Amino acid sequence: MNEPLVRIRDLVVTYKTRAGEVRAVDGVSLDIYPGEVLGLVGESGCGKSTLGTALLRLVRHPGRIVGGEIWFDGRNLLALSEEEMRRLRGAHISMIFQDPMTSLNPLQRISDHIVETIRTHKPEVSEEEARKQAAELIDRLGIMAERLDDYPHQLSGGMRQRVMIGLALALRADLIIADEPTTSLDVIVEAQFLDLLKELQEEFGLTILLITHNIGVVAQLADRVAVMYAAKLVELADVEPLFAEPLHPYTQALLASVPNIRLEGDTLKIMRGSPPDLIEPPPGCRFHPRCPHAFERCSQEEPPLKEIRPNRWVACWLYETERGVREA
Amino acid sequence: MANANLVEVRGLRKWFPVQRSFIERLVTRQRDFVRAVDGVDFEIRRGEVFGLAGESGSGKTTTGRLILRLIEPTEGKILFQGVDLASLGEEEMRQMRRHMQAIFQDPYASLNPRMKIGDAIGHSLEIFGIAKGQEKRERVLEMMERVGLTPPSILYEKYPHQLSGGQRQRAVIARALILRPDLVVADEPIAMADVSVRALLLELMRRLKEEFNLTYLFITHDLATAKYICNRIGVMYLGKIVEMGPLEKVYRSPLHPYTQALLAAVPVPDPKFRRTQPMPKGEIPSPINPPSGCRFHPRCPYAEPICSEEEPALVEAEADHFVACHLVQR
Ligand SMILES: Nc1ncnc2c1ncn2[C@@H]1O[C@H](COP(=O)(O)OP(=O)(O)OP(=O)(O)O)[C@@H](O)[C@H]1O
Ligand SMILES: Nc1ncnc2c1ncn2[C@@H]1O[C@H](COP(=O)(O)OP(=O)(O)O)[C@@H](O)[C@H]1O
Ligand SMILES: [Mg+2]
Ligand SMILES: [Mg+2]
Repeated sequence: MNEPLVRIRDLVVTYKTRAGEVRAVDGVSLDIYPGEVLGLVGESGCGKSTLGTALLRLVRHPGRIVGGEIWFDGRNLLALSEEEMRRLRGAHISMIFQDPMTSLNPLQRISDHIVETIRTHKPEVSEEEARKQAAELIDRLGIMAERLDDYPHQLSGGMRQRVMIGLALALRADLIIADEPTTSLDVIVEAQFLDLLKELQEEFGLTILLITHNIGVVAQLADRVAVMYAAKLVELADVEPLFAEPLHPYTQALLASVPNIRLEGDTLKIMRGSPPDLIEPPPGCRFHPRCPHAFERCSQEEPPLKEIRPNRWVACWLYETERGVREA
Repeated sequence: MANANLVEVRGLRKWFPVQRSFIERLVTRQRDFVRAVDGVDFEIRRGEVFGLAGESGSGKTTTGRLILRLIEPTEGKILFQGVDLASLGEEEMRQMRRHMQAIFQDPYASLNPRMKIGDAIGHSLEIFGIAKGQEKRERVLEMMERVGLTPPSILYEKYPHQLSGGQRQRAVIARALILRPDLVVADEPIAMADVSVRALLLELMRRLKEEFNLTYLFITHDLATAKYICNRIGVMYLGKIVEMGPLEKVYRSPLHPYTQALLAAVPVPDPKFRRTQPMPKGEIPSPINPPSGCRFHPRCPYAEPICSEEEPALVEAEADHFVACHLVQR
């Protein structure tokens, strides 16, 4: 593969709370390559959104990036001034949230929003030219031209998410961080949106970090998948091998607990217990209290994320000796 | 057993009047209605899990609320154990409520934040004068044990905010079952839970159904989940049932183009099965002025002139498998 667009090293993000310090991202290293869709999955509270917002240096109060490095296109984001960072956000990285209303100005018509985005990014484009581009863009997104003069609240959830993608396209953003973009959409609208996203991604070579707890969405769209558990990455692999043969016992348990409409049979595997508290996570491997394969070392030493096969990273002591597990 | 059908729904309609501003009322006399449920017929057989599926706004929740008689129908009938609910007086209806319980999507919203979990679960025992004091406590502890709220004696004393989401939903389930109802209306009961907790709750609901001889109306927008619990399923679109039948039949050979699209749209958690079928264009139109004829016709890839002219009836296409589509019926 070519040079990564984003290079995250040993990133630590904490939230100071009254109960103590929540280490929401705890030593995560990850590369995002240009033109790929990288899926980031994991249960609620494992730190996915915190990681996503950290890439924009927009971690919500009282969160703070307290360690590590984030390199974007050769620049160390954590060393940039607030002003430089703001310019970078506007021009190179776009974020799409579950609820697009939070990022759209309710008092601005869709057309004005797009025109303004185009012209902020490229001041040399005339108002008239920008209007033309906005109309083309809307058409490309499968939204009827007469909706251009609508306000955000007049659009359906699916259309709003399309507009968000449109804004990212208008910017020619190098990286799109999509945090649960389809979670509030109905399944057909979700499928329509994923089709559009895939189409545009291929056409424009977009780089997308797709954050979701929906394993199905990741299986349908991602090229690679990172699995997060309790603020750490536990596995990272190309999408097909990951689903064909999940290696980390957490990944195995997670995939087995997802309802699959295509499978025969009607039993689901149940994962016992619940994710740990991130103020005082268990020692060693954080999954060991729930792991059916745990042995002594797992509760004592933390397993590093290691590339045990080409492009196959896993943080688990079982693979120290390539002994491996396969649980049916 | 007198009647194989625990619930029978006949010609059920619920139209909600649309709120109008003062000006609008001056300008026009016409009153608009949201046709949330617009003529549905089905039955829930004793001991089965009947699923109602469909996208949001299709009328699933309203149907569930009508069956629980939390709202009154605009038209149509609901028979519960053969009795027309509309014929019951207040006290009779109150007694009837013991036999039908509800589990809703958001366990946090359905629990009183100031009531201990144990007291919340046992509340209805007191209301119906079935048990109080020590006896109530014992029944509650036993039920907590059976839904996996352990250790019960400790969790009994907790308040909703002190429990996890999964535990709260177990409490809601325990509260629904403590009266030993016949019917449980579960409206998206696992939609808010995390993936691993969903599997757990689903297994729990399946087990409890056997242990307590329950019948479920299981409302969900997620067809993958429905597959793991429903015996029969009805698919709703804009206030109508467009297809209904045994789960395997509907999933293996969906007859209505909407059902076909809905099933194809479910993101399969396996990259080997990436969807290639195109999706229907557009989104569900407003239920205020639904399309004429078949409500799906503006989005249907197979629509013919008749589809916009005549409303298709729900008819039996093969044994126990019903569909409302002109093209299948030909
Ligand atoms: N503003 C905040 N203050 C304190 N703790 C927070 C805050 N935001 C997040 N956290 C904690 O940080 C951890 C990670 O949260 P985050 O939102 O990143 O998880 P997530 O994986 O995106 O979850 P979800 O799937 O629910 O969106 C959690 O333990 C959460 O409770
Ligand atoms: N109390 C109400 N007043 C007005 N409209 C309602 C009310 N309840 C539901 N509706 C409308 O009825 C339609 C069906 O809603 P609902 O039964 O909640 O569908 P579902 O559960 O399938 O999402 C929607 O258009 C909804 O907005
Ligand atoms: Mg999140
Ligand atoms: Mg509903």
